[in-house]
Amino acid sequence: MEKSEIESKLVNLLVDELGLERDDITMDASFEEDLDVDSLGVVELLMALEDNFDVKIPDEEAEKITTVGEAAELVSQKLNG
Amino acid sequence: MTDEPTRVALVTGGSRGIGRAVAELLGARGHAVAVNYVSNRAAADQVVSVIEAGGGSALAVQADVGDEDAVAGMIEKIQESLGPVAVLVNNAGITRDDLIMRMKASAWDEVIQTNLSSVYLCSKAVMRGMLRARWGRIVSVSSVAGVYGNAGQANYSAAKAGVVGFTKALAKEVGSRGITVNAVAPGFIETDMTAALGEEVTEAAVTSITLGRLGSPQEVAAAVGYLASDDASYITGQTIVVDGGLAL
Repeated sequence: MEKSEIESKLVNLLVDELGLERDDITMDASFEEDLDVDSLGVVELLMALEDNFDVKIPDEEAEKITTVGEAAELVSQKLNG
Repeated sequence: MTDEPTRVALVTGGSRGIGRAVAELLGARGHAVAVNYVSNRAAADQVVSVIEAGGGSALAVQADVGDEDAVAGMIEKIQESLGPVAVLVNNAGITRDDLIMRMKASAWDEVIQTNLSSVYLCSKAVMRGMLRARWGRIVSVSSVAGVYGNAGQANYSAAKAGVVGFTKALAKEVGSRGITVNAVAPGFIETDMTAALGEEVTEAAVTSITLGRLGSPQEVAAAVGYLASDDASYITGQTIVVDGGLAL
């Protein structure tokens, strides 16, 4: 899957699952600091990523995710190796 | 009682005593009940039969709830057969009573593992489904031993007090997602566990119970069933003492 496709699916997930405003979401945005997503919300997002992209994200990798771009990059790595 | 949708409930240690009464109550309310047991298959099957005879659906699932892999396997099996767990009742428990001077480390470890670690393991294992559903009920069975302490039960009291703290912490963690986490602390209830205490201990205990008698498993199940219902939607982080007025 193309990186741009992953990014746009990710943005849709953030809007649909976490109720974020589309306009606030940039790849540099930090979940906790810029988007006001709490730590449990990040866990929920990762669950949604696993379901929607059919990937497995181990806890130790999940813990390192702080920005939208990092989440997209992780999914890209999982899908494209 | 509000009419509730059919939900999937898991009762650990559901083959006997309080767990059995809880499983039968939830089954009678129309929930699909997974009846966990560790060794007594026949007893668990009997609970399943009782629930099915009443028109409900149930499934016996074997697992040592103190073992992480066993818990994961159990949750997967329930998920496949019944669906994601919406109501978790952490009831499984054992005693290995002894004075602290004589208590072996194994007696300490086994009780902590089965009575406290199991609560963490099972709650964690069902959390994904509850978060996704934005709804969940976790009710754990603590004990008055955890609230007041019992001589000869330092391990059991510590584990049961641990359940109370766990309940408060998890309630805060997941409350914003529509999941409530509560506990009940039974006093002297007529079960195999208290029968093992002997008549003398039981008679002495009854003199300090305000209602003047032991409680029945059904009387504890009623409190668990309430906390597991839609009616208890604004109660979380609490431990309801069900002891007939033991400590008044």
